[in-house]
Amino acid sequence: MKGHAMTREFKRRDFIKLVGAGAAATLAGCATEPAKPAGRVMVIGGGFGGATVAKYIRMWSGGTIQVFLIEREQKFVSCPLSNLVLAGSRSIEQNTRGYEKLRDYGVTVLNGEVAAIDPQKRLVKFKAKYGDMNYDRLVLAPGIDFMYDQLPGLNNAEAQKQVLHAWKAGEQTVALRKQLEAMPNGGVFVFSFPKMPYRCPPGPYERVCQVADYFKRAKPRSKVLVLDANPDIVSKKGLFLAAWNDLYKGIIEYRPNQEAKDVDVRGRTVKTEFDSFKGDVLNVVPPQRAGAIAVQAGAVTANNRWCEVNWLTMESIKVPNVHVLGDATQSASGMPKSGSMANQHAKIAASAIVAMMTGQPVNQTPMINNTCYSYVSATEAMHVTSIHAWSVEKKTLLPVKGAGGVSTARSTLEKQFADGWAVNIWTDMLG
Amino acid sequence: MEKRVLLVALLAGLPALAAAQGSNPNLSRDLAAGCAHCHGTNGRSAGVTESLAGRRADQIVSTLKEFREGKKPATIMHQISKGYSDAQIAAIAAFFAAQTPVK
Repeated sequence: MKGHAMTREFKRRDFIKLVGAGAAATLAGCATEPAKPAGRVMVIGGGFGGATVAKYIRMWSGGTIQVFLIEREQKFVSCPLSNLVLAGSRSIEQNTRGYEKLRDYGVTVLNGEVAAIDPQKRLVKFKAKYGDMNYDRLVLAPGIDFMYDQLPGLNNAEAQKQVLHAWKAGEQTVALRKQLEAMPNGGVFVFSFPKMPYRCPPGPYERVCQVADYFKRAKPRSKVLVLDANPDIVSKKGLFLAAWNDLYKGIIEYRPNQEAKDVDVRGRTVKTEFDSFKGDVLNVVPPQRAGAIAVQAGAVTANNRWCEVNWLTMESIKVPNVHVLGDATQSASGMPKSGSMANQHAKIAASAIVAMMTGQPVNQTPMINNTCYSYVSATEAMHVTSIHAWSVEKKTLLPVKGAGGVSTARSTLEKQFADGWAVNIWTDMLG
Repeated sequence: MEKRVLLVALLAGLPALAAAQGSNPNLSRDLAAGCAHCHGTNGRSAGVTESLAGRRADQIVSTLKEFREGKKPATIMHQISKGYSDAQIAAIAAFFAAQTPVK
């Protein structure tokens, strides 16, 4: 990676294009930078992985590496805690943060969308608004896209407006909440989700709790029909079963091995291999793969779905100078697709990228940990945690044996710690 | 900053740190960054959880070891602390001790 790219200067034409696009204010951080920066990193995607890596590269390089963060949304809306919005115990605004504080770290935030990557020329091409920009290193943190081709009846925009996923937080979360509010007492909420691996393993079971919590308070004759494509509850099984039994008895019906094969939108029916399930509100989370830009960049290498990386650097095993973070990666053994994990991936990447661009040794013993809280009601939560260390022998990150685990029981204390996790990780990524 | 970390470690009498640090000058920083999603960037908590920035290294070490040995009640820290060696705990403690505390 050494050579001319390391000393490439922030090109005047890029500056002019940005100023022309009305982004002058975002460049304030660049004004005080050294004349010859150590290089430029562009980050695509401002979620748990992308925002964190942008901030940490600036912090850890002492401001010597230019960082551009490209995000198509105006604001960050957290998926973790979004199930509480469905229950009505949190507002979507409480889960929303702006990108403005990243500017204090010298990150230039570009509110736009990338059309294509040219890895040979190390070029990012935008759909509109900005001109082409060069990078020395690129970070892809695109999250997931949905594989609607697996569900023919949902494979069009109109159907997708009616049967929601609400698995990317924001408009869909608010819209699903409205559907639940409009549903009559005594109605059936049919919730379908895919086989592993998908974003946030405990997330569906938390959603079951939160919708049941709302029904219990507001529509006690209503039911939650759970269509799990997996053969069993994949995360915190004992704790979720206890919550369903203790708090929501009679509201939840759980059906394993019920993978959705199609959806009849007009008939409000989810079809599995042998059965059909009709409901008043359908919520179908389709199977997932790495975001489309990772496919275009050539970084998707596993099952046509996920990006394999070198876990010492988070660099793609296939595309040089391109690093991939978060849900888009082919997860290492025992590693969930979670916000915590993406935040930790970002720190491996930031450390490695700064080291490589400033001629320092790359950390050969990275160690990260995952913490996922699930809210089972408005007042109680529980966790799963794991620690992952580099294995010299296996050349990957592996869970540390004897460490990690789940809560002894759900509790109000863990609900406080879950709230603390949220405010701290949002601040860690966004300043 | 790394010099400060080493100095704090030496003052706290933590020979284990040298072993953990090895040839990587950023190891303590990188290990400590794993705590930030609950304890805040550089150990400066944004709320609820305890700030670790500016705490005495020997206190952080003894607290983590009490968690690890099940001597101090915990919801999660007994499980997380079991993943780290003495040398790694010393490195993490030295990093946080060298950070500016929250006012």
